[in-house]
Amino acid sequence: MTLFESLRHNRRAAIGAMLFLGILLAVLPFTVGSMMGNSWLRILDFALLYIMLALGLNIVVGFAGLLDLGYIAFYAVGAYFYALLASPHFGLHLPVWLIIPGGAMLAGLFGIILGAPTLRLRGDYLAIVTLGFGEIVRIFMNNLNAPINITNGPQGISGIDPINMGGVTLAKPIEFVGITIPSLHAYYYLFLGLALLIVFVSIRLEDSRIGRAWVAIREDEIAAKACGINTRNIKLLAFAMGASFGGVAGGLFAGFQGFVSPESFSLMESVMVLCMVVLGGMGNIPGVILGGILLTLLPEAFRHGAGPVQMALFGKILLDPEALRMLAFGLALIVVMLYRPAGLWPSSTRRREFKGEGA
Amino acid sequence: MSALLLEAKGVAKHFGGVKALHDVSLSIRKGEIYGLIGPNGAGKTTFFNVLTGLYHPDGGEIVFAGEKLKASAPHEAAARGIARTFQNIRLFANMTARENVMVGRHVRTSAGVMGAVLCDRRTRAEEAAIHRRAEELLYYVGVADRADDLAKHLSYGDQRRLEIARALATDPQLLALDEPAAGMNSTETEGLRRLVEGIRADGITVLLIEHDVKLVMGLCDRVAVLDYGQKISEDVPSIVQKDPRVIEAYLGGAVA
Ligand SMILES: Nc1ncnc2c1ncn2[C@@H]1O[C@H](COP(=O)(O)OP(=O)(O)OP(=O)(O)O)[C@@H](O)[C@H]1O
Ligand SMILES: [Mg+2]
Repeated sequence: MTLFESLRHNRRAAIGAMLFLGILLAVLPFTVGSMMGNSWLRILDFALLYIMLALGLNIVVGFAGLLDLGYIAFYAVGAYFYALLASPHFGLHLPVWLIIPGGAMLAGLFGIILGAPTLRLRGDYLAIVTLGFGEIVRIFMNNLNAPINITNGPQGISGIDPINMGGVTLAKPIEFVGITIPSLHAYYYLFLGLALLIVFVSIRLEDSRIGRAWVAIREDEIAAKACGINTRNIKLLAFAMGASFGGVAGGLFAGFQGFVSPESFSLMESVMVLCMVVLGGMGNIPGVILGGILLTLLPEAFRHGAGPVQMALFGKILLDPEALRMLAFGLALIVVMLYRPAGLWPSSTRRREFKGEGA
Repeated sequence: MSALLLEAKGVAKHFGGVKALHDVSLSIRKGEIYGLIGPNGAGKTTFFNVLTGLYHPDGGEIVFAGEKLKASAPHEAAARGIARTFQNIRLFANMTARENVMVGRHVRTSAGVMGAVLCDRRTRAEEAAIHRRAEELLYYVGVADRADDLAKHLSYGDQRRLEIARALATDPQLLALDEPAAGMNSTETEGLRRLVEGIRADGITVLLIEHDVKLVMGLCDRVAVLDYGQKISEDVPSIVQKDPRVIEAYLGGAVA
């Protein structure tokens, strides 16, 4: 962390580090793909989607301090928007460059619609109401198959168009200046690009008039009002921004999977994204990214590793890897919250806060 | 007589059976330091809260700079030029001193999401101006050396001064201070007196709630006294001090 801060002051070191990181990110899918296989490449792609989600939720929870337990609803909105407009379900096949931004905007609008009734609520009450809203959206997706079939109910929508950019579909290997880029790699680069864009927007927002207003509301809403902040609008803006990131991730998810169903948008998913934000370090962008990566990769590592390890040790599988995975996840949560209450990588101010309390 | 800046007309505020403010009328002139005193629970803070739009009044109205103030719209009160501090300091505890003052500039600046993301020339200029103004104000109130410390790690007196800097950052016409000297020692109080006089010299009208009678009587041009939600006296300090009702209700031993 001191390394990270010193990079801020040393320009050449910073450029060097960026270059290194850039190369690392560029070759990552090839390394992972050849060494660990396609299932891990898929997981890598999902990690990028979760980073986008975690950064979106971080705006609402981390910056503005509004505890939202229904965030996955916006992921669902983005995903269904894509699924309905680019699949045989309605026979529509709109282009990606329309659907992804459109999904972001629609999710943002949903952020405002679902945020507006909660403006006077704080803390636990806000959490409960947003949890309810999240479930309502999922239940709507589940039941909007009658009388008119809009969402195809619990069966979900399948056969969704893969992402197609300027006539090049990402579903098949792409020939590019003599190199073949397999589909999972191509999705990786697309997701990486959009995740970086979201990181960039988050960083710019954090260090701006709007970002300061969000934090001011988190710190003391009454004082924020007295400073002339229109807390209603600024909170709605946080909901809308956060939701639009979720909408982007949702659209990409639909195109990547080729299939969406309400099951993918359960409360557990909201909780998972919230854990990424909280464990990583609420309000700190690098921390939230770290949280997104760890909480996608570690449970998968556990799932893949728990079976073979047990076979090697005991010659048979004693504990179901799936159950073990949740157990380990719960334990990890408790340990982190006990020993690093501000998250794994808290912002420098939060770190000072927890130290300051002891001093 | 200079022009009126603020005129409260029959302002009332009840909490259940408690009449925290009962038909309070008072007028503050441009450029004066106006004291609001009274025993605990007299309704002074409640008056501030109505004035700054945090409470909705149950009666009456407030005219500010010739126009009626909208009730219950705190951010609009700030935009109109009313800034305040709080009796129980309300800083943004986990923001630095500098950031606290920068938030105060919110109401006078306009960059939105687009500006923040694109960081265009106008936004950059605005940000630079916010930084400069925050720096100036921190220096003005005397906490420049703590600019990068979290607000909550500042000493009590520094926190009170920082709150004033944040209020000044909104470019107010009227600065309302709720017991700014509470908990300060005599040197700090003397510094505060000079600060308030300087603020007035800059053309900002000051409304001051304070229990330190010596400070109030020395600093204020005029003083109003509240008791059980009612104004019982309003005049220059020398007259208010001799008002038998005021002596009975509030000053008591302090003057006798
Ligand atoms: N939010 C509230 N709810 C209920 N009663 C309140 C509220 N705010 C103030 N009061 C009551 O209104 C009366 C006036 O309170 P206020 O805080 O305005 O007094 P004050 O003059 O500022 O006193 P002090 O010198 O102790 O700060 C008190 O009786 C108080 O209990
Ligand atoms: Mg008070």
